[in-house]
Amino acid sequence: MSTKREELFADVDLSQEKLLNRLFHGLLAAASLFGLVMLALLLLDVLWESSQALLTFDIDIGQFLTGTSSSRAEQAGFGASILASIWLMVLTAVLAFFIAVGCAIYLVEYAPRNRVTRLIEANLANLAGVPSIVYGLLVLALIVNDAGLGSVILAGAIALALLIVPIIIVASIESIRAVPSSVRDGSYAMGATKWQTIRKVVLPQAMPGILTGTILALARAIGETAPLIMVGTLLHATRYPMGPLSDFSAMPTQIYNWTYQADRMFNGLAALGIVVLLVALIALYVLAGYLRRRYETEGGTISNV
Amino acid sequence: MSSDTPDGRTVDESTDDPLIQTEIDAEPSPSRDAERTETIVRTKDLSVYYGDDRALDDVTFEIPENRVTAMIGPSGCGKSTFLRSINRMNDRIDAARVEGDLYFHGKNVYDDDVDPVALRRKIGQVFQAPNPFPKSIYDNVAYGLRVQGTDEDVDLDDAVERALRGAALWDEVSDQLDESGLDLSGGQQQRLCIARAIATDPEVILMDEPTSALDPVAASKIEDLIDELVDEYTVIIVTHNMQQAARISDKTAVFLTGGELVEFDDTATIFEDPTDPRVEDYITGKFG
Repeated sequence: MSTKREELFADVDLSQEKLLNRLFHGLLAAASLFGLVMLALLLLDVLWESSQALLTFDIDIGQFLTGTSSSRAEQAGFGASILASIWLMVLTAVLAFFIAVGCAIYLVEYAPRNRVTRLIEANLANLAGVPSIVYGLLVLALIVNDAGLGSVILAGAIALALLIVPIIIVASIESIRAVPSSVRDGSYAMGATKWQTIRKVVLPQAMPGILTGTILALARAIGETAPLIMVGTLLHATRYPMGPLSDFSAMPTQIYNWTYQADRMFNGLAALGIVVLLVALIALYVLAGYLRRRYETEGGTISNV
Repeated sequence: MSSDTPDGRTVDESTDDPLIQTEIDAEPSPSRDAERTETIVRTKDLSVYYGDDRALDDVTFEIPENRVTAMIGPSGCGKSTFLRSINRMNDRIDAARVEGDLYFHGKNVYDDDVDPVALRRKIGQVFQAPNPFPKSIYDNVAYGLRVQGTDEDVDLDDAVERALRGAALWDEVSDQLDESGLDLSGGQQQRLCIARAIATDPEVILMDEPTSALDPVAASKIEDLIDELVDEYTVIIVTHNMQQAARISDKTAVFLTGGELVEFDDTATIFEDPTDPRVEDYITGKFG
């Protein structure tokens, strides 16, 4: 009897299948790890370069973070570029947020369900994939030259806003659609108008998702270099930008300009600049993650926005 | 004919309108006082289509004021569709199309000059699954007053308390009005939704299977509440629980598959001596 039981599955040969299973498991794991490994290599390289810079050159961190750039590496700082980037982010956020959220509300709540609406929605994704330099060229032609605004922070912010508007729209559409229809029905059944329903019920519930999407889009914008180069930036940000109409060089463009200077010390400064940029990026990601977690667990209990 | 006449009880219509017959025959509800009441909602040949599908088929009847009227019938029989056509919530569904007339106090609510928003301020609704807003209990109840712009004419705290007492919820939540309505139990949430609906003092409250998502204890609380609400409001309730209809309603309408109103009469008559054999089959469980 016992031998019979042991032989019950003897005629099933799985070795071949199991080998294939393991093979593909390994392949897929390797593919997933590839991105992580590359990211780790990148971070290690940046940290190595910047630590080398700190060891090789006499760099005062405080002066680096607060000073203006200069054609002489010993006196160059990153502060004016950090300030320019902050200006850019604030202006970009203001310009992009209201346009994008307004567009998303219209598309979800008001637009008739027809082919045109579907076409617009489908093309938003395409718009989000347009190379960023194209937006830079557009702003260069229309705003910087035709409108005569010049190569100022506002022009850069317009380029970046154009770049991230479609991203915020897509994120906002998703969050607004995610508000359950039962809650909308509850509002309409109370005799609320459409706008009251949107303002008092839909937007408060969708806002965490909209804000998260906006911050992630800003995280993309803060590192964008090409559109700013098109708009026109200073080779060295030697002055602190005083407002939207100042000329400027933001963090990524200043880093870019430093990397091709003959003086090796500029390359070291660029490495340090990249660390600052990465810290800003990570801070934005953490903020987005915090917002998402906080409002997910509380079930969207923000009562009014 | 004079089907356009806003007031259904005009003489020239009574000759061929079976509705009038119903009204004359109507016995006073056994559970309420014997006094006859006015008709508050009346339909004439009301049909609702979703695209090409007919969900409601030429429904004609009258719903009395300050009474509980129950709609029963198997799933997909159109009873919820009927309910949603009273406060024009069907307008929210693109594919829905309404034919025929539905009168509220003699006014056809599908006339061009009737704004559904205004209509819904007089006809409240409680849904199948509790759907409180993700706001505080207080803000949930105050919502209707705020959107209707009457929050400054009344003492809001007082109105909220009155609505919560009316929904038999005050004693349970009076010390946690600032907490989210979503933190309440299902039965409490449903009573919160009832409080929300009565806070603005509508004339009619529509209830779409309000206890089907609740446990029996919570459901019986809602039933007791309905019994009290009817002193001030007209309650029209959809239920697929026949015992519930028998317990709480004065009038019962039986819908069967295809959106047909098969029989409408006093609840006692429907359950004890229905005219239509299909109603008897449905009630005794042979059908549906």
